[in-house]
Amino acid sequence: MIIKVVVTLKNGVLDPQGKAIQQTLNGMNFNNVDDVRQGKFFEINVNENDEAKAKLQVEDMCKKLLANLVIEDYKIL
Amino acid sequence: MKSSVIIFPGSNCDRDMDVALKKFGFKNQMVWHNDNSIPKSDLIVLPGGFSYGDYLRCGSIASKSKVIKSVIDFVNSGGLVLGICNGFQILTETGLLPGILQQNKYLNFICKNVFVKVKDKKNKYFKDIKKDILELHIAHNEGNYFCSNDEMKSLEDNNQIAVTYCNKNGDEGDENNPNGAIKNIAGIFNNKKNVLGMMPHPERMIDKYLSGEDGSLFFENLLRNLN
Repeated sequence: MIIKVVVTLKNGVLDPQGKAIQQTLNGMNFNNVDDVRQGKFFEINVNENDEAKAKLQVEDMCKKLLANLVIEDYKIL
Repeated sequence: MKSSVIIFPGSNCDRDMDVALKKFGFKNQMVWHNDNSIPKSDLIVLPGGFSYGDYLRCGSIASKSKVIKSVIDFVNSGGLVLGICNGFQILTETGLLPGILQQNKYLNFICKNVFVKVKDKKNKYFKDIKKDILELHIAHNEGNYFCSNDEMKSLEDNNQIAVTYCNKNGDEGDENNPNGAIKNIAGIFNNKKNVLGMMPHPERMIDKYLSGEDGSLFFENLLRNLN
């Protein structure tokens, strides 16, 4: 079963890459782009049929490795 | 005094550190990241580099290496652990030091000499060091130190800020902050002050003809304090 996870920077944490992307988009005449936050996307293939169990495991993975909770939040999709 | 330098796949300052430690009298050994134990040491060094190609987050994969359990046990028994650059990033990812090193504020890889101010001398690394301001070298893309407000309060309350970026006169401030690090932090201690993580490379400043000698001061001082 594939579990999808998105890791993003917490609100308030500086995201220089997101800022650079936003400014580039503005420079490409996408003038209505006010902010961009860049994150990470994971597809984790867990050998497990029970979705709840798989998600519980992935949550543990997020806390221990995939996200650094000082600056990042994770969301299991 | 015995020291051990741990090599991770992608470390590239390990041999410079080996040269520096030996130059000032340490009996140094190199330890592979996959080893289960570390030889008896007075100091363990996590060197600079790009462990695991900086995948996921700098230092995150290395922080799960086999050898790290021994490093944590060593710290808990009071042993001295020094992490330089990528080593600092690994120490934050293991949780031995609070906070995280984020990408530099202006998205540039910075490679230059900087001045840092020694903020605390009540520790084995900087006790009795002759200078308050050291000229050292930095070379990093992720050196922008960040931590939560609570962590910052405890860093300040316990005098855990080790070195901060400044100019040659010791002035801190944004214009002397190369990477956007919160409060110009270039290095911090854990609360027992046996773990030091810092972005600047003292091992690159040990020869007066090639670079400078403030790194020599650091190593000579450390060795004296350990004896």
